[in-house]
Amino acid sequence: MKRWIRDGDVVIGRLDRQEAAVVRGLVSQIQDMLLARAEEAPQDELAELTGIRTGPSEAPDDPILGRLLPDFHRLDDDAPDPDEVNSAAALRSLHEPELLDHKTGAAEIVLQTCSPDGGEIRLSIGEAEAWLASLNDVRLALGTALDVTEDMPDELPPEDPRSPHLGVYHWLTWVQDTLVEAMMP
Amino acid sequence: MTTPVEQERTQPEAIGEEIAAEDRPWQTVVWNDPVNLMSYVTYVFQKLFGFSRDKATKLMLDVHHKGKAIVTSGTKDKVEADVAKLHAAGLWATMQRAS
Repeated sequence: MKRWIRDGDVVIGRLDRQEAAVVRGLVSQIQDMLLARAEEAPQDELAELTGIRTGPSEAPDDPILGRLLPDFHRLDDDAPDPDEVNSAAALRSLHEPELLDHKTGAAEIVLQTCSPDGGEIRLSIGEAEAWLASLNDVRLALGTALDVTEDMPDELPPEDPRSPHLGVYHWLTWVQDTLVEAMMP
Repeated sequence: MTTPVEQERTQPEAIGEEIAAEDRPWQTVVWNDPVNLMSYVTYVFQKLFGFSRDKATKLMLDVHHKGKAIVTSGTKDKVEADVAKLHAAGLWATMQRAS
């Protein structure tokens, strides 16, 4: 991977075959998790009639999905305000379908523009924005799974089971950071 | 957020506080998290809300150092839409009534 560069309305990057496999694999996994969540949405005749989709009102149990699909209110862990609990449930139900569409759509753009063989990647500005959002989702998921902290070292002790995965996380951080740099107005 | 930046902090509370609370009944709060990049958070603030680089950077640093920042305020509908946009970008955002 070289750093991303912007040439007018085109954003150009390059991944080798192995890097492309890592990106595609992780993006696909996140997309699958989000699509599975979308399948859980309640189906009702009223929604079909009005075209207004409703998602689940409860936050996901899974911590990764929970981070990707946050609540609309900051709820106190021990003594949440009942009004806010109700409001958060209603807002989730209203907004989650669109959020899932957005995230799975961004993942799809990455999968369409990142060849399994690697090589040069040429993105429109809109596609580059989808890459940014999708890389961020992958890092949020990995960061949650690895229990990343602000002062995470570059490397963990070799006996730490997270050690091999942390390198991937840091690499994705670099890929995203150089893409932000290329996109910064 | 990652990539900490050392900076002297003397600024008071977040932007928008000088406007009467009754005109701005709801607030969009962005919370710090250890994954989101400082550069990306600044980029998102500029792109979603049209903030200048300086304003976006200041808010990003508030999130980073104070743990949270109020980034927009207004009607419930406006703030709800702003939170939804921030969620789409992967930021940890919530809404609250102005106190």
